[in-house]
Amino acid sequence: MERKNQNPIVNWIVKSKILGILFFVIIGAFAVYKLGTALFDNPSLFLQQVVNGLQLGFVYALIALGYTMIYGIIQLINFAHGDIFMVGAFASFYSISRYNVHLWFQNLFPSVPVMLAQIIGTVTVILVSMVVCALLAYTIERIAYKPLRTAPRISALITAIGISFFLEYFGALNFVFSPNYITYQRPFAVKSWFVGPSGFGSIESGIAPPAHSIIFSNIFLIIVFASLLLLLVLQYIVKKTKIGKAMRAVAYDKPTARLMGINSDAIISVTFALGAALAGAAGVLYAIAFPQVFFSMGITPGMKAFVAAVVGGIGSIPGAFIGALIMGQAETLSAAYISTPMRDAIAFSLLIVVLLIRPKGIMGETSSEKV
Amino acid sequence: MKRLNKSSVLFLVGAVLVFSVIQVLISMKIINSFWSTILLQAGVMAIVALGLNLIYGFNGQFSLGQYGFYAIGAYTAADITYRWTQLHSASGLTVVLMIAILAGITIMLIRNVVTKIRGLDTLSAFALYLTAVVFSIFVAIKIGQLIANPVTALFNSLPEQTSQYIIYLLAVLLGGAIAAEVSFLFGLPVLTLGSDYFGIATLGFSIIVKVLLDNSDTMLGFAEMKGARGMIGIPKVTTWAFVFFFLLLTVVIIRNLLNSSYGRAIVSIREDETAATSMGIDVAFYKTITFVIGSFFAGLAGGLYAHINGFLHPNTFSFVKSFDPLIIVVFGGLGSVTGTVGAAFGWALVLEGVLRLVLPDGFETWRFVIYPALLLVMMLLKPNGLFGNYEIPFIRSIVPALKEKKADSETAKEAA
Amino acid sequence: MAETTNTTPILELRKLCRYFGGLKAVNEVDLVLQPHALNGLIGPNGSGKTTIFNVITGIYEPTGGEVVFEGQSIGGLDPFIINQMGIARTFQNIRLFPNLTVLDNVRIAYHPHAGYSMSDAIMHNKHFDEKEKELTEKAQDFLRVFNLQDRQAEIARNLPYGEQRRLEIARGLASSPKLLLLDEPAAGMNPKEAITLMELIHFIRDKFDLTILLIEHQMRVVMGICEHITVMDFGQVIARGSAQDVQKDKHVIEAYLGPGAAELSKQYLKERKQ
Repeated sequence: MERKNQNPIVNWIVKSKILGILFFVIIGAFAVYKLGTALFDNPSLFLQQVVNGLQLGFVYALIALGYTMIYGIIQLINFAHGDIFMVGAFASFYSISRYNVHLWFQNLFPSVPVMLAQIIGTVTVILVSMVVCALLAYTIERIAYKPLRTAPRISALITAIGISFFLEYFGALNFVFSPNYITYQRPFAVKSWFVGPSGFGSIESGIAPPAHSIIFSNIFLIIVFASLLLLLVLQYIVKKTKIGKAMRAVAYDKPTARLMGINSDAIISVTFALGAALAGAAGVLYAIAFPQVFFSMGITPGMKAFVAAVVGGIGSIPGAFIGALIMGQAETLSAAYISTPMRDAIAFSLLIVVLLIRPKGIMGETSSEKV
Repeated sequence: MKRLNKSSVLFLVGAVLVFSVIQVLISMKIINSFWSTILLQAGVMAIVALGLNLIYGFNGQFSLGQYGFYAIGAYTAADITYRWTQLHSASGLTVVLMIAILAGITIMLIRNVVTKIRGLDTLSAFALYLTAVVFSIFVAIKIGQLIANPVTALFNSLPEQTSQYIIYLLAVLLGGAIAAEVSFLFGLPVLTLGSDYFGIATLGFSIIVKVLLDNSDTMLGFAEMKGARGMIGIPKVTTWAFVFFFLLLTVVIIRNLLNSSYGRAIVSIREDETAATSMGIDVAFYKTITFVIGSFFAGLAGGLYAHINGFLHPNTFSFVKSFDPLIIVVFGGLGSVTGTVGAAFGWALVLEGVLRLVLPDGFETWRFVIYPALLLVMMLLKPNGLFGNYEIPFIRSIVPALKEKKADSETAKEAA
Repeated sequence: MAETTNTTPILELRKLCRYFGGLKAVNEVDLVLQPHALNGLIGPNGSGKTTIFNVITGIYEPTGGEVVFEGQSIGGLDPFIINQMGIARTFQNIRLFPNLTVLDNVRIAYHPHAGYSMSDAIMHNKHFDEKEKELTEKAQDFLRVFNLQDRQAEIARNLPYGEQRRLEIARGLASSPKLLLLDEPAAGMNPKEAITLMELIHFIRDKFDLTILLIEHQMRVVMGICEHITVMDFGQVIARGSAQDVQKDKHVIEAYLGPGAAELSKQYLKERKQ
């Protein structure tokens, strides 16, 4: 290798990349210091944030998967994905408040234990949202994205932006979702527990939990459980079914996949529907966690989930999951220990830092062009 | 200066006409303040979009960060004039001027050093630039504060109108300069990423800028900017004349640049980076300089914008709004300067103007539904934009006619 | 071919290596190019020929060994610097600037020698006008040499294939190189076009005082014009010499046709003579 400089000191500086490394080491050391002191000062508070971050991370993961799958298959950044998440949340709002969908099992079998009925009711609500979102995404794909398959990529991108705006502002109209912030009614009663040095127990109303304990609720359990289940189902579909194989083939090399007899159009539609279903589920879970729905609720979580997908390596399903968990932690920890307004800036700075160190994302594959 | 051929003359005449007619209509109040504000915004938006078109349409780098630089230019210029008119101090001007000068010198010095070192990786170079510039900023602030008083006295000695206009113009230019310097630093590590990732990184940049502006009074210490409450008290100095002048300047600069070897180098990068670099084009340099120039125009536009309504709010520069210049550029036709200007004016006049008036009361928000619907229809029918690649003759690059030459006996006729 | 050892070679590859992970695309290759030579680089697909071009032109860094151009080690330099030092190339899959005119494709190659600064360009001053005119005329003269002048306003991607190839060569030449690397210039051409191309390559080597190294699969082209041929297989040089030497070389035959083919071909030739 021929890159030599006259001055040996300069040469060493270049070869060792010491300047760049020092830069990141300093930033990293600062972050570690902050986190370390936070952990030692108040371990239970720190762990509480970690728990909260986990909850957030799983929801982001469900959204991020949609972004990563769609980008992986047609190289489109689907800006409308966050708004599908919003539609999922609203769909569940209507099914709960207006149609009492979450009560169907309870009403049919009144003697069944409440908890079981609530679980089934919640699952139903989530499924309803997933179906609604899948249909919506399928329609959007057929009307707006498919005709632009052969157009320059930027046209599809602008279309995605247009759809995003349309969903938001159409939703903001008074006869649709209205521009208001609507309180969301959960499909089950919230129960919290604490765990800590004083042991484990449930929190009754009116009685404060013991100090230094970590609080989690059935919201947390439902979110984690539902997300993990959906992720496992997705993994199963992608890895073990024929359709999953077809999806991977089309993502890898569309022309050849078509030559092998795969109907790439249908597969692309399926991918859209699948990603949207996950986003719909995420919408319900997010509304359960933060019980307020409004027409623009998809913008920021959508952005963050997208960033998570990029951080993890866009196009990679495990990458989206990992990136989302990281984003959830980064957001919660910086909100707690730096400041709430700055947490978005930190989250996006994280993106830039990752892109600088590992341009293709954590699990991204480097594809090189043959010259 | 300009090639005084037919298309240039036509263009000049046309420009003078357009300017005068509108100026007269404004002065005579035939165009009311609602519409004249829209015209100003249209002109400003055209400058921002032209900057983006240079970066994306002509150089092929997908940037979503244009509004970040627009915001930086706006708030920088606003702070300078605010301090002059409200706080009666030229400290804003002196400090920013010193920062712009010293940071610029530092960048050029470091560049000299870095280009002599073979094989320095981008990250280390970035770290070097950043530390040096931060240091120079500290020095600049000190110097700026020192000379603030004498300079204030100097401007006080001039008639009020004159000093206000001078400070305004300097503020606008400095808004552009600071935006350009920030874009250089940010672009260094980020331009090496592929196109999509560059877009994502620039998007992150504009979001970070917005968050910083939301906290400008608390975290950054600029109490007068009032963070998320919005900055008021900015002198409303921007007029049609200023906007038109800067727009004209932008168009001419971009046109001249594109119709030269440098323009061809810039466009070759969009066409095929590998081929460009194999033909002797320093791709990294041209990507950077194009990004810097495009961001300069965004910052300049920001400075003009801040002085239209006299107030600024971080929400103007939010993530959602940051797509506007991109939509305008694509709508008008990537790679068409004419299209960009046309689309910018169309966008402002139709979206903010016509639709607001045409829609019945209570339905004004419907324009935000019609707008994306129109956009979608447009993308489906004409993916290459309204103007595609069309340019008015003045801007178009000409293929000069072949000179009559005697048949060279050595021309390889056999190569036919 | 008489090796004149008292002239400095214009290009030398010394134990050049380029690995991609475990794949040794170029494995300890030695090559010497004398000035004004017209040499060929052949070998089965995947033998490393284009990779060598990519290393010489700086698109890849050498993993090991050296690339020496006119006595200077150029390994690891950026491609644009290497071009400015005097090496130009064409690409296996034509890489023109597809949406630019024929004239602009050639004018871009002149950019490093444009002769005016960016501020001159922005101001469109007299200096700019002069130099731009010069540059344009040089480019147009160039197009005449390749008989493309009538197509100067045509968009490059609309040209027929053969003209696109010619344009790519013209563009490479416009950067005034001392060494020109041609990657499969005759690909996709019928025999008649290939012959025309051969004559063109000869012509430009003489007129522009060049050294040419060419990768080609069409044997009539290679054997027809190359003074010296290097044969590669699996990243290594397996034979060198004149056209006749190389055609008869056992290793070359087996690289193209498989093991045992050398014997078979000898037999075949014997039988044909009978």
